[in-house]
Amino acid sequence: MDELELKRMVWRSRRGLLELDLQLAGFVRDVLPTMDADGQTVYRDLLLVSDNDLLEYLNGKTVCPDTRLVPMIERIRASRRTD
Amino acid sequence: MTVPVRKFDAVIVGAGGAGLRAALQLSEAGLKTAVISKVFPTRSHTVAAQGGISASLGNVQEDKWEWHMYDTVKGSDWLGDQDAIEFMCRQAPEVVVELEHFGMPFDRLENGKIYQRPFGGHMANNGKTPVERACAAADRTGHAMLHTLYQRNVRAQTQFFVEWLALDLIRDAEGDVVGVTALEMETGEMVVFHAKAVLFATGGSGRIYAASTNAFINTGDGLGMSVRAGIPLEDMEFWQFHPTGVAGAGVLITEGVRGEGGILLNGNGERFMERYAPNAKDLASRDVVSRAMALEILEGRGCGKDKDHVLLKLDHIGPEKIMSKLPGIREIAIKFAGVDPIKDPIPVVPTCHYQMGGIPTNYKGEVVAPKDGNPEVRVNGFYAAGECACASVHGANRLGTNSLLDLVVFGKAAGNSMIDFIRNERPALKPLPANAAEFSQARLARLENQTGGEEVADVRADMQKCVQLRAGVFRNSENLARGVAEIKAIAERAKRTQIKDKSRVFNTARIEALELDNLIEVAVATLVCAEARKESRGAHAHDDFPDRHDEEWMKHTLYDGQSRQLAYKPVHTKPLSIDYIAPQKRVY
Repeated sequence: MDELELKRMVWRSRRGLLELDLQLAGFVRDVLPTMDADGQTVYRDLLLVSDNDLLEYLNGKTVCPDTRLVPMIERIRASRRTD
Repeated sequence: MTVPVRKFDAVIVGAGGAGLRAALQLSEAGLKTAVISKVFPTRSHTVAAQGGISASLGNVQEDKWEWHMYDTVKGSDWLGDQDAIEFMCRQAPEVVVELEHFGMPFDRLENGKIYQRPFGGHMANNGKTPVERACAAADRTGHAMLHTLYQRNVRAQTQFFVEWLALDLIRDAEGDVVGVTALEMETGEMVVFHAKAVLFATGGSGRIYAASTNAFINTGDGLGMSVRAGIPLEDMEFWQFHPTGVAGAGVLITEGVRGEGGILLNGNGERFMERYAPNAKDLASRDVVSRAMALEILEGRGCGKDKDHVLLKLDHIGPEKIMSKLPGIREIAIKFAGVDPIKDPIPVVPTCHYQMGGIPTNYKGEVVAPKDGNPEVRVNGFYAAGECACASVHGANRLGTNSLLDLVVFGKAAGNSMIDFIRNERPALKPLPANAAEFSQARLARLENQTGGEEVADVRADMQKCVQLRAGVFRNSENLARGVAEIKAIAERAKRTQIKDKSRVFNTARIEALELDNLIEVAVATLVCAEARKESRGAHAHDDFPDRHDEEWMKHTLYDGQSRQLAYKPVHTKPLSIDYIAPQKRVY
């Protein structure tokens, strides 16, 4: 992901739900730039998930049916808030 | 530098429930309609609304719009305008059924009708017994509403400008609104949106508080733009709070935690609720608990290095009960407070949730401002709906589930008013002033060229701390006066914010600086309005003036952002068709 795309991801991590903002803001800033291209692409696709579904996945309430996204969800769940 | 101009019949800023409902009305009427949004429409903060939408459908038991109106007037502590409240409550069944026909997946009864459940403050027979009035789509009512309205707008060919930030309202020499300027994040370019009518549906501004349940996008952009364009703000002293949000995060801890035995402790380890409510203690009502927490913090008995929160202790109820009864709360505490409540207490603080005030409108969604002695003269071409607007249906305190209703009723009403205006009064675009983009260009240039200024994050944090401490749930004269002085000083610093990243494309630092320009206007308005209101009404609880004082204070505050002076205007006491609901003591 080039710099422009990374910056786009930072903005797109702004969501309609505070719980998502809090979990994604630090992750997109600190972790995403260190990931390889495949990981970054998966994150981009994860941001297409609707807010309420994403919250349920990140809370562990339901398991994301798209198995490709599951490791990324687990990684965000494991990351500590750093904002 | 020439700025590109795009022409529309109607331009709507904000793509939450109100903006989308208005856009649908306009597009389906065949008008060329643009919606400008910072984020993708279905990620607007409307998604956070879970509770439901109220309407006196009477699907479960008898209900009437008059009873809904009574509850809303009482909830507002008699500051709501009774014409607007009647309009909303009468419209409610129609707009909800309309949503159903648009395809919104409401929960249903066995007979196929929309399911309705009871909700706090919803009563039959003018406050006598609870009634089922809340219509919901599981716990995702706001989400379902947004998706439904967005799909309908796509079908109706509404044009969306997504990831654009509106900068300023454009008014001509006569004060009429003729468009907005906006910045495209992808390119960093500014564009003038020239329109026959403009609607602000930009949502709330809860991010002025250090503790807020609001998403990061809720930065009061419409309110900031209004102030800069000389439009007053109404009733900005009224904000709704929850007692226990995670300190430093804002995520709510349900009151059920105290029901399961959780207790609140101050910095001395004292169970302070025993002093404020000797019988109910930690189970006292929401406002009593909030006030006690705020007072402990204000008097220096808070916890943590900044003594800015109290602690919610749970470990004594045992790991089994925490795991079985409160698993979600444990998850929230670990994730957002970094503590496991099985071992350690959760830092909590009263947390801002909803803005009752906003851009003054009538029940048609038309923005109104004082002119030549008349407090409510229509601003030609300008409309507002949803949380950014003050119709005023919520008055001093909003009734649960009336927020989603507000969005669709006044979004639709504003859309209809705009259609009438465009067809009958402004069939052609009114010319843009020659300097239409200059003001916004100057703001951007200031930010670009600022040296020796302040970091946006520092000024924002100080603003949030000040508003939280001085205009939170506990208010008194001394504290509010200090807050006014402090916030004015912070507003001076906000004029000199500086950004290191000067790049044009998806520059979040620039966006956040421009958002702070909006937040700070709302923060100053909140302090100035709250300091002046010497009574207690609804969400404004003033320790030196603990009672409601109708003779002197049953009136709306109007804040002029340019002079920072206040004016007042009467509450509308004449409903559209029924008798006035006269003030009573607000007890539940």
